[in-house]
Amino acid sequence: MNSPAITSRSFRATKFDFGSFFFTGLTGLATLCILGILAIILFNILASGLPAISWRFISTIPKKDFFEPATTGVLPMILGTSIRVIVMTIFVIPIGVITAIYLTEYAPNLSPVTRVIRAAVNNLAGVPSIVFGLFGVGFFINFIGQGMDKALGHESVVWGQPALLWASLTLAIMTLPVVIVATEESLKAIPMGLREGSLALGATKLQTILRVVLPQALPGIMTGGILAISRAAGEVAPILLTGVAYYMADLPTKLSNQFMDLGYHVFVLSTQSPDIEKTRPITFATVLVLLVLTFALNFVAIIIRARVRKKLRALG
Amino acid sequence: MQHQGKRPIGWMGIHRGHRAHPFEWLAEKGIFLVSLSAILMVLLIFVFVAREALPIVFGQMNSALVQPVIPPDEVDKHPPEKIREYLGLTKPQFAAMDKDTIRTLMEVHVEAQNEIPPHFRTDPDARANTTEWRYLVRPHQWTGYDQPSYIWQPVGQIHKYNIMPLIVGTLKTTCIGLLFAVPLAIGAAIYISQLARPRVREIIKPTIELLSGIPSVVVGFFALLVMATLLQQIFGYQTRLNAFVAGIALSFAVIPIVFSIAEDALTSVPRNYTQAALALGASRWQTAWQIVLPAALPGAFAAVVLGFGRAIGETMIILMVTSASEMSWSLFSGARSITATIAAEMGEVVRGGHHYRMLFLLGALLFAATFTTNMVAEVIMLRFKRRLEGKR
Repeated sequence: MNSPAITSRSFRATKFDFGSFFFTGLTGLATLCILGILAIILFNILASGLPAISWRFISTIPKKDFFEPATTGVLPMILGTSIRVIVMTIFVIPIGVITAIYLTEYAPNLSPVTRVIRAAVNNLAGVPSIVFGLFGVGFFINFIGQGMDKALGHESVVWGQPALLWASLTLAIMTLPVVIVATEESLKAIPMGLREGSLALGATKLQTILRVVLPQALPGIMTGGILAISRAAGEVAPILLTGVAYYMADLPTKLSNQFMDLGYHVFVLSTQSPDIEKTRPITFATVLVLLVLTFALNFVAIIIRARVRKKLRALG
Repeated sequence: MQHQGKRPIGWMGIHRGHRAHPFEWLAEKGIFLVSLSAILMVLLIFVFVAREALPIVFGQMNSALVQPVIPPDEVDKHPPEKIREYLGLTKPQFAAMDKDTIRTLMEVHVEAQNEIPPHFRTDPDARANTTEWRYLVRPHQWTGYDQPSYIWQPVGQIHKYNIMPLIVGTLKTTCIGLLFAVPLAIGAAIYISQLARPRVREIIKPTIELLSGIPSVVVGFFALLVMATLLQQIFGYQTRLNAFVAGIALSFAVIPIVFSIAEDALTSVPRNYTQAALALGASRWQTAWQIVLPAALPGAFAAVVLGFGRAIGETMIILMVTSASEMSWSLFSGARSITATIAAEMGEVVRGGHHYRMLFLLGALLFAATFTTNMVAEVIMLRFKRRLEGKR
């Protein structure tokens, strides 16, 4: 009933519904504009980045001068980004899922505690990424890191400096709301009847959650994790202060090492290159690698989420 | 399962007529405690960012270049607390040092003061503690400038820490960004939620959400390498990298968040509103404009507020695209935002020094600003949802 055909027929029947015609066009144009922006960005990056991508580029560990297009590579950056994201996932998924379980299964709906938790989650989602970086410096590096050095009796600074672990933990706090919201959505999509059936058979509440609710919610939890990963993979500002290195000859082997990072490498290539025209192809290629990484993840998450939403709509 | 009233499990899981489940009781308490972590994190962020900034707020830092010296021989004539402050040490550091170390440190201080170039001796600015509030927010007549001015120039002999250029720079880029983002995002939200065919909606909505998946460093890169030159050719202004380019790039980051929240608000308007209007003979457009939009207006406003919060907190785009040290309201001149300043300068500061603490002060300001916008949006959304449910 909402096809434009009916609208146009109706204003042929009446006089001429200028408003309808004009404003539908205007809002449609706004939509097209946004799609256009997206298409231009993606097309540009794809067109300029694809020719510079080769297996050698992806699998090479670059020497000190990584601005040289013929010999450079992005392997340490890909690995650095992957490792920090994996360490982050280990911390954020359990905390996020447990919080979501509390909020959907246990929390009394109108109690002040629930409201404060929800407000805190929303707030955490809106904190600027650079503030997370400052927090990482003030809390993880200066407070916990230096405290650990003192407690473990290290002579030199081991933990009281930017490190892989601190960057991952900072990112974990940043992506906590993403995991909580996605998990909550999937928990809400599970029909009440399943829980009631389980409880009626004599299972306790915790058993119901662990054996009936959580297995059903698994796709949603995965979506949350994937969204968190794709958000964290592209984020540069927090790790800028808490762990990224401009150049490292070796791959990171310990959690106290610094690391190289794809997003930061894009920043370095596009702002500090001695010859911007010469490095242009490898900059585009690095961006393309980063985009493929985040978009592939995003795409999977969107598909899973669309399914969860459909289920939710069908039920309610 | 929120609809049940009191939970049936008593203290330690011991409840009359039921089997005791102490482990379950403990696990549930554990779940509750973990769920408090979000609150804990917000508090920790506030405490640890503010902690590093406090010495500036209380005026305990001194960034003056020329400072009064205490000759090392007079070390016993002053109370130890004064010596400690003079050397800029923390209490445990000071306690761990013996007399000789303190003496050496004091000699180093005297030497450092002797090495200051002579023309600074007569310069009143060199004696000013630039971390005082009046230097931070009010224009100051710096030596060598024609008129009192707002300047952020932390590196150099005299540290100019005026935060106004940063605030103006942030607001400038944010306003340009919102000016572009809000009409596009709200327009698209109206189209997608009210006017588009379901099949079109199913395709376009996730596509627009894909825009939020582009990392901000990529948007910054795109603005720097592709957009800046293009926009300069179109508009023909002087500076290639200015607040205008940064603002437009910023809008790419703001559009997805404003769009998805506004779209959510528009969709959550009850369907019987729309159906009643359509049944009365209103066109789809009239329904959207006169019925749905007014009902969803608070939600749309909350979307804009959140978009504002996102824009003032965006770092990488502005860091890559534009920079400036003097304040200017012009849209086509450079701008330096709070976020970009923190990101650019944090790597080079001395930990615990006045520049370091200034950056944390900026971070605390930023956190306070986004905290406020988030809270405002939260309250608006809460009222909006309640009104839609019919509870006033």
